[in-house]
Amino acid sequence: MSGPHYPGFDTLSLHAGSVPDPATGARATPIYLTSAFVFKDSDHAASLFNMERAGHVYSRISNPTNAVLEERIAALEGGVAGIAVASGQAAMHLGLATIAGAGSHIVASRALYGGSHNLLSYTMKRFGIETTFVDPSDLDAWRAAIRPNTKVLFGETLGNPGLDVLDIPRIAALAHEHYLPLMVDATFTTPYLLRPFDHGADLVFHSATKFLCGHGTAVGGLLVDGGTFDWQQAYEKTGRFSELCEPYEGFHGMVFSEESTVAPFSLRARREGLRDFGAVMSPHNAFAILQGIETLALRMEKHVANTRKVVEFLAAHAAVESVAYPELPSHPGHALSKTLLPKGCGAVFSFNLKGDRAAGRRMVESLKIFSHLANVGDAKSLVIHPASTTHFRVPSEQLAASGITEGALRLSIGLENVEDLIEDLAHGLKMSQRAERKEK
Amino acid sequence: MLLKTHFRGTDYDTYCDAYCYTGGKAFDPTLPTAVFIHGGQNDHSVWILQTRYFAHHGFGVLAVDLPGHGRSQGPALATIEELSDWLNSLLDAAGVTKAILVGHSMGSLIALETAGRAASSARIAGIALVGTAYPMKVADALLDAANNAQQSAIDMVNIWSHSTISPKPSAPGPGFYVQGASQRLMQRIARQSESKPTVFYTDFAACNSYANGEQASQAVTCPTLFLLGQRDVMTPAKAAAGLITAIKHAKVVQVEASGHALMAEQPDAVLDHLFKFATAALRSPSAVAAAIKGD
Repeated sequence: MSGPHYPGFDTLSLHAGSVPDPATGARATPIYLTSAFVFKDSDHAASLFNMERAGHVYSRISNPTNAVLEERIAALEGGVAGIAVASGQAAMHLGLATIAGAGSHIVASRALYGGSHNLLSYTMKRFGIETTFVDPSDLDAWRAAIRPNTKVLFGETLGNPGLDVLDIPRIAALAHEHYLPLMVDATFTTPYLLRPFDHGADLVFHSATKFLCGHGTAVGGLLVDGGTFDWQQAYEKTGRFSELCEPYEGFHGMVFSEESTVAPFSLRARREGLRDFGAVMSPHNAFAILQGIETLALRMEKHVANTRKVVEFLAAHAAVESVAYPELPSHPGHALSKTLLPKGCGAVFSFNLKGDRAAGRRMVESLKIFSHLANVGDAKSLVIHPASTTHFRVPSEQLAASGITEGALRLSIGLENVEDLIEDLAHGLKMSQRAERKEK
Repeated sequence: MLLKTHFRGTDYDTYCDAYCYTGGKAFDPTLPTAVFIHGGQNDHSVWILQTRYFAHHGFGVLAVDLPGHGRSQGPALATIEELSDWLNSLLDAAGVTKAILVGHSMGSLIALETAGRAASSARIAGIALVGTAYPMKVADALLDAANNAQQSAIDMVNIWSHSTISPKPSAPGPGFYVQGASQRLMQRIARQSESKPTVFYTDFAACNSYANGEQASQAVTCPTLFLLGQRDVMTPAKAAAGLITAIKHAKVVQVEASGHALMAEQPDAVLDHLFKFATAALRSPSAVAAAIKGD
């Protein structure tokens, strides 16, 4: 290879943010289980508190193990900073609460994870932050929903549960036209399949519990700042984002946009959000997620390869009414997925069984390899019935608009031998249809 | 803080607003002043882990955005000499009577030129040249890319400027990806100057064409500190040898485990060396000698 080049994705997955431990030489990232860090002297203490020097003070604000994870995800996403928090929900909340307050407004895709829908529809509303939900494929709807007090546009890279492909380039362009940032939940895609900043998004968050951790062992969230959005320009043009561009009394009158040209958002999110909301990630969990990220590329390749074979099997099965996977020509996001997701559309998808809700229940209960639980992105294959669990608060008509019926099942395809997964599903499908006939 | 500064070049003679970050405190010209001058395609924010400390430890801080960079108005100036004129205009506007100049890369040449001209004046009490070289030659391919393929030039500079992808404790703090932030900053400056010649090209051409380094260095009488990255491949330590020879009283420090982006890769080491130097220089040259001896 000629000329200078950045390290590749696999290299960053293993090395970004990490150096051998200076104290011991440990090559693996140590788990720094300590609440606080000793100051060299009083001047050092004061300079750390006043952000005159960089370093660790207290593990609610930063921790060396967490910092490795934060810098690694920032590198993988092509961003400027990461913040590790207690869960994906905490990451979403931190992202929104850093720039929105009472009287603010959010425009969000209506194709969202049920938990995100709850946070926006009910909880944020209780704190004076309103959300308008729009069809993610309708650019005019996004445009029409923007108000003077709108602070951010938000959607999922692959909408839950129908896998609506978010048109990041067009929605980002619309957002920027209005001096607004676009935040996306990239949990289903991970930076291996899609790097939203490359397409115009400004903020990304992950439920790191899922594919990033990859083994169903730790709950965590990661918020990543792309460093792309010009908060100062938006403030000067619209008066928005005074949180970042005016003195903040809660932190020595700091003007975050003066301290950092490209990352004022991350400065405030950490110095206010982690400090005050306190949804910090345990270093134990940071370690588990780092272990997962080391093999992210390998795992995502197999997740996608297995998923493609399972999708092919289900799409051709007589007991299956439809499969919602963007690589199928029948999916409304098919064309867009070819542009944005050439490496694959992830390993989580839903399909509709022929039959009613009971057929779905019987299938779930007859599966042997697929675990029936409320999670995705595990190395093991998982199954759930969205209408009665993750999306039970989402109105039927909204589910239907996403192509999901009340009898739909959501699968998260793991890393097992795909022949075994197909055999398990074939058995489940057979049982669901056999029982259906008996009941009739 | 915005200051009205005078621009004079081949095609312009005007006044424009210049932005200076003042370290999180209001600027007080009665304090000894530390002026921080960034390098090509950068802005004041590259100094964040040095300037804030200075401002809270007895110095007035002016971390400039050079003309056409960041929040400062006006065209990017085409020569180091013009930039030096502009810097003097800024010091006048700020009411600075005594200052040390700290310059990185292109900024180090501006500091050198300004100190060389001010040999008979007491205003420049010391200069710290960080990641410097003379001549500061820029390869034709990089110059061309800076004008015609900015992202390519950004990639080259970003990769060559960092000795590691994981500097600790990171800058401006834990959790920040230094190389990512450096790229975004250069992209931000590029977005401000899409017409040609770009700011990027203008900066690099100014470095490339600066020919007064020998004369300036021979004229420098104020205390001088060289801070050089041991792993710097943009301005390798040996490329400062001519200047070091010319400024016989200079102190030279090689910063371990650092490339060209010293302020982000080794923020504490850079701060500690600068602060010690500035404290001594703004007292008296003999204090500098004592400080050096104490090392």
